[in-house]
Amino acid sequence: MATSFAERHRTIERNITLLAVLAFVVVIVGGIVEIAPLFWIDNTIEKVKGVRPYTPLEQAGRDIYVREGCYLCHSQMIRPFRDEVERYGHYSLAAESMYDHPFQWGSERTGPDLARVGGRYSDAWHVQHLTDPRSLVPESIMPPYGFLAKHELNQGDMRAELATLYDVGVPYRKDQIAAANDDMAAQANPDAPGAADFRKRYPTAQVRDFDGDPAKLTEMDALVAYLQVLGTMVDVNAAAANETLSKEKGR
Amino acid sequence: MSEKRIDEPTGTSTVGHEWDGIEELDTPLPRWWLLTFYACIVFSIGYVVVYPAIPMVHGATAGLWGWTSRGTLTTEMRAEQAKHATIKAALLATPLDAIDGDAHLRHEAIEGGKAAFRIHCTTCHGAGAAGGKGYPNLNDDDWLWGGDVDAIHATIAHGVRQSADTASRMSQMPAFGSTGILKPAEVQDVVSYVRSISKQDAPDAASARGATLFTANCAVCHGPDGKGNRTLGAPNLSDSIWLYGGDRASLTETVTNAHYGQMPNWGAQLDPVTVKMLAVYVHSLGGGEKAAAPAPAPVAPAAK
Repeated sequence: MATSFAERHRTIERNITLLAVLAFVVVIVGGIVEIAPLFWIDNTIEKVKGVRPYTPLEQAGRDIYVREGCYLCHSQMIRPFRDEVERYGHYSLAAESMYDHPFQWGSERTGPDLARVGGRYSDAWHVQHLTDPRSLVPESIMPPYGFLAKHELNQGDMRAELATLYDVGVPYRKDQIAAANDDMAAQANPDAPGAADFRKRYPTAQVRDFDGDPAKLTEMDALVAYLQVLGTMVDVNAAAANETLSKEKGR
Repeated sequence: MSEKRIDEPTGTSTVGHEWDGIEELDTPLPRWWLLTFYACIVFSIGYVVVYPAIPMVHGATAGLWGWTSRGTLTTEMRAEQAKHATIKAALLATPLDAIDGDAHLRHEAIEGGKAAFRIHCTTCHGAGAAGGKGYPNLNDDDWLWGGDVDAIHATIAHGVRQSADTASRMSQMPAFGSTGILKPAEVQDVVSYVRSISKQDAPDAASARGATLFTANCAVCHGPDGKGNRTLGAPNLSDSIWLYGGDRASLTETVTNAHYGQMPNWGAQLDPVTVKMLAVYVHSLGGGEKAAAPAPAPVAPAAK
């Protein structure tokens, strides 16, 4: 039996076309079993309340985060282990990064995880820490990013960016896309004429001058706005969220 | 292609290929390797059965053991909580000032507080609680909002300048220079005065002019002698401890633009016992003051 099996397998090994076809079939089966169910099984993304698309300013900050390669040293994924949960807070939910394109889970923690850094420190702390990390954390090896406070925020047309994100599934509304450029400036300036409209469009967003320099809209404003919203959208300790999560199976 | 034959030196069959006189031996796989390979296949079947593995219509198969990473975490956290339940209940039931008298409770509170401090506080106050520019040193006896254990507890629980928390420590220094309350030259005079009361510079004409301005503008919060006021978090300006720097440039910056240092209201994020343990720990760092004497005693609050 063993010999005949090996003999039959030998015919596959010796016929390149047959080998290619059969290998393709195996990959297809593997793909269907492993990937396809993620599109329909119920527990891929938790049904929790609160996750909203990023505001234009936060999205611009996110672009800077990606541009500067923050993800190379900082993850945004708190795994369900006790040591991580006690240090960083509630484990990350898939729902919390469902509007991230691309997600910033990262795979390296030279610096700490940032998935729930929002609201943990003041804006001034972030500005000082980005400007001179070692003034706050003497053992830090993070490079300084003080130049962000000098660069005016110039991210191009945010309407186009939001429209693109809409195309890949982020549920921005038409009015949010149309006003993206004004909203980006309004979020960092509570006195701007558009701030009231901005609050209507993003009721849960934080509106204030983030970088401590009200005169200018800088890249620092955008990055700090982004950092301050990380992990804050879902109230993970709220009763409703806990009820949803307690019903979760298979993770 | 040549015929298969037995290779004489090794006694092994060849595969029957020949390239320019080079032939290939059909050496069988080592037995240990083959057995390990089959063992892996058997193991993987068992794994798929007992662990969640195969995706179905609504979710993956749960597996015979019903394992989930989130479930494991919950169990682990519960076990940890149960381990600490007794001591936490005792800490919760004991008033802050009584913890000091109970050596065991105090020890537990300090250890628990130390662990929580590492997670939540070191980023601003530093690993050794020595602070940094804008973030107070917690080891010394110079306190902005009070250094007895109840005052420390209130500061930790309600934070500093958190508008969302009505019990938060609240005050705001006016930006004397940038709002035009003081002219740049007047700012310099005030700075000279502050440097003179902190004994960094000898009094001169500028500091004398500054003294008048100080009485009119600053004394209401910082006190007539610049000794500060803890109900407003106004720092003592006559000592050599500076939150934002005591050199002329830093003082000019402070008087011109003011600072609005904030601290989170940890009571909203941490459980009451953790806040309590943090208060006891910070109080134990070296600068902790005794609680204000109870009403009948005539002595003033003991400053360490």
